[in-house]
Amino acid sequence: MGINYIYPPFEIHRDPNRCIKCRVCERQCSNKCHVYDEELDVMKADESGCVDCQRCVSLCPTRALRIVPTENKFKKNYNWQQETIENIYRQAETGGALLSSMGNPRELPVYWDKMLINASQVTNPSIDPLREPMETRVFLGKKPNELKIDAKGNIVSELSPQIELDLPIMFSAMSYGSISANAHKALARAATDLGICYNTGEGGLARELYPYGPNTIVQVASGRFGVHTDYLMAGAGIEIKMGQGAKPGIGGHLPGKKIGEAVSRTRMIPEGSDAISPAPHHDIYSIEDLRQLIFSLKEATNYEKPVIVKIAAVHNVSAIASGIARSGADIIAIDGFRGGTGAAPTRIRDNVGIPIELALAAVDQRLRDEKIRNEVSIVVGGSIRNSADIVKAIALGADAVYIGTAALMALGCHLCRHCQSGLCNWGIATQREDLVKRLNPDIGTAHLVNLLHAWDHEIKEIMGGMGINSIESLKGNRLMLRGVGLSDRELDILGIKHAGE
Amino acid sequence: MLREGQVRIPSGCAISGIIQKQGKPEINGQQIVDSIAVMHDRSNGLGGGFAGYGIYPEYADSYALHIFYDDFSARQETEAYLDRYFDIVNLSRIPVRKNKNIVDEPMIWRYFVNPVFTKIQEDKGEIDEEKFIVEMVFYVNAAIDGAYIFSSGKNMGIFKAVGFPEDVGDFYKLEEYNGYLWTAHGRYPTNTPGWWGGAHPFGLLDYSVVHNGEISSYDANRRFIEMFDYKCTLLTDTEVITYIIDYLNRKQGFDFKTIADIIAAPFWEEIDRMPADEAQKYKILRNTFASLLITGPFSIICGYKGGLFALNDRLKLRSMVVGEKDDVVYIASEESAIRVICPDVENVWAPQGGEPIIVEVNGEAK
Repeated sequence: MGINYIYPPFEIHRDPNRCIKCRVCERQCSNKCHVYDEELDVMKADESGCVDCQRCVSLCPTRALRIVPTENKFKKNYNWQQETIENIYRQAETGGALLSSMGNPRELPVYWDKMLINASQVTNPSIDPLREPMETRVFLGKKPNELKIDAKGNIVSELSPQIELDLPIMFSAMSYGSISANAHKALARAATDLGICYNTGEGGLARELYPYGPNTIVQVASGRFGVHTDYLMAGAGIEIKMGQGAKPGIGGHLPGKKIGEAVSRTRMIPEGSDAISPAPHHDIYSIEDLRQLIFSLKEATNYEKPVIVKIAAVHNVSAIASGIARSGADIIAIDGFRGGTGAAPTRIRDNVGIPIELALAAVDQRLRDEKIRNEVSIVVGGSIRNSADIVKAIALGADAVYIGTAALMALGCHLCRHCQSGLCNWGIATQREDLVKRLNPDIGTAHLVNLLHAWDHEIKEIMGGMGINSIESLKGNRLMLRGVGLSDRELDILGIKHAGE
Repeated sequence: MLREGQVRIPSGCAISGIIQKQGKPEINGQQIVDSIAVMHDRSNGLGGGFAGYGIYPEYADSYALHIFYDDFSARQETEAYLDRYFDIVNLSRIPVRKNKNIVDEPMIWRYFVNPVFTKIQEDKGEIDEEKFIVEMVFYVNAAIDGAYIFSSGKNMGIFKAVGFPEDVGDFYKLEEYNGYLWTAHGRYPTNTPGWWGGAHPFGLLDYSVVHNGEISSYDANRRFIEMFDYKCTLLTDTEVITYIIDYLNRKQGFDFKTIADIIAAPFWEEIDRMPADEAQKYKILRNTFASLLITGPFSIICGYKGGLFALNDRLKLRSMVVGEKDDVVYIASEESAIRVICPDVENVWAPQGGEPIIVEVNGEAK
């Protein structure tokens, strides 16, 4: 037995006066942190497996438990921080690349929090959302540059297929395999109730979810898991995943132990085999190859489904977006560097990619400069955390947003960032049946619907406050934003003025 | 202080319009001045202007360019440019009378010009005449320092300045003009503009727009319309509204009823109640031209060679009154502005939000 260099990061504090030894914590913790000692008639804790998922804390009936970060730390060093040192120990021990889950947690600028929203006063009245119609309906898809009207006043031009959303929000791609079947059910049902769409992610679409097809976006990722004709026709749109904000430039890896019977059937791969999504699509090595795939998919679906191309926000995102807009895609989805993931190499998640706010502003402006903004709708994610972020995103130029992490939180996720272990105590990022059972799809659906209803209400209040009653008048309306604490360069890239101007 | 184009100046205002339905140029300019004078308190003296149609019958087939010059060299440069492509039929200063409330006037000139197609084709190849005029106006306004073309239609002209509209009307001696259509504007801006070019109406070709209100959708509209070769150099609501009307009417070929359906589109709850065919049409219009929806408040009167188009925003946040008597239609921000020139006007009514008033001139007016 070697020396253990890594001290458990969390301590489990149990208040003995409150603990009633109901053993809920023991039953609930998949990391085996709690155990009941029969002889001594007392609950004991082993903090070595604790990930601070808060499951035991939330379920303890007497609130006897607290999970706190340990105070046992290395000597303070601004350059060599605790985690930096521990990661070296881990790699020296295992020789492996570090793996992490969920979005970049590091201290880098969050531009949403540096932008402020306008309100109407005196020269322009605000609009009362309780008494006047306040419209948040959006259409995603290619818009024509002209419309032909016949002598009788009817429109004879044909419009490209569109996705109609009651709110400018969709659930982001999270694969079946990385999250559980119950989580998928909740997302599908909530999307249907709300009149929006959810995204299958790269794990294919389970048969039982086909009835929710009109509110589903089916994803075609580099591994092409689960892709067949019925799958493509089942959804309201098809998304080609070229990249993901959390791990730009690299592929994905779902370990074999998570590929049970149902996942294997949906993905169309053998049970127990690793599901590896290669880094590039091996039939897309250049922009013209992407165009070929887009049209192959359109041919296969009789041109009935809009095609979305999802990219990660990287340095030359504007040029990439311009190329995609000219390639036949109907919608571009951009995923920022804060985007979540089931598992990604730590160094890539923390260091690769750029903020979505800057990417969105740059892409929207570039497409308008090239006069091709009408060719595509823009959807952004990674990360959108609340209704104010959504208003700001639309004012910068987005047509709609994708939410991933926020949706999982509505289902119970506490962002412990250990999805890669497959032991999610909340039943979300796991395939273990006993854990998956804990996520009740009915309650999950209700929570998702509640969250988006609340946000919709807030968006309408903010819109009314700035004298806008239809979301299309907010789209790209940069004068409704002002920056604080931003440099001239940042203001320039965002295309907004500083507060006070 | 920054002027229009360097900063966005919102304002509240007064508007008025008179049109003779047969297109007969019988309405004297003094009428429209008297009408807008009554709404004095809606302005703060920082801008006033008028547009008259049918006022140049002797030069009806030529483009009447009204130009402000800051100095003589701007005028020289502009006239040299015009000489390249136009046959200048007549040119003169616009006659004015001194008014103690109108100060700091620029040089104000008027040219009646005809494009010389052989010269244009040499330089620019085959070109559509109206497109050429628009490009010429944009070029002069952007590239020639100190020159600003503020009216560029045929047999129509815009007269504007910094001052109360009744003083502006007196200054330009509008009682010496007769037309079949007049519109007027009095401005109440919330910064101090230094500049005559920023007053309203805003005109392009024969479209002139007077506007009362402040649109919240401005930047969404601007960033969309600029994709179609328009440059919003003044950063005013009226400018972007004029470009939107020019784009939808001249480039897309829509009639004014459809234009109203785009810029003041019905609410979704109304569209969802329509019969399927109609609902589908409105859905396509609203989806395609989403960024041209104008969120109010606004009250606009647009004059064009075929008549007049007036519209309120969907929530009816600005006033507009319409009246008629003896083949003349009156539209104004207040009934008093109509009664003062036509005391026995009939059929006085206020249109609903989003309901367009379209008055087309029959007869030979162009």
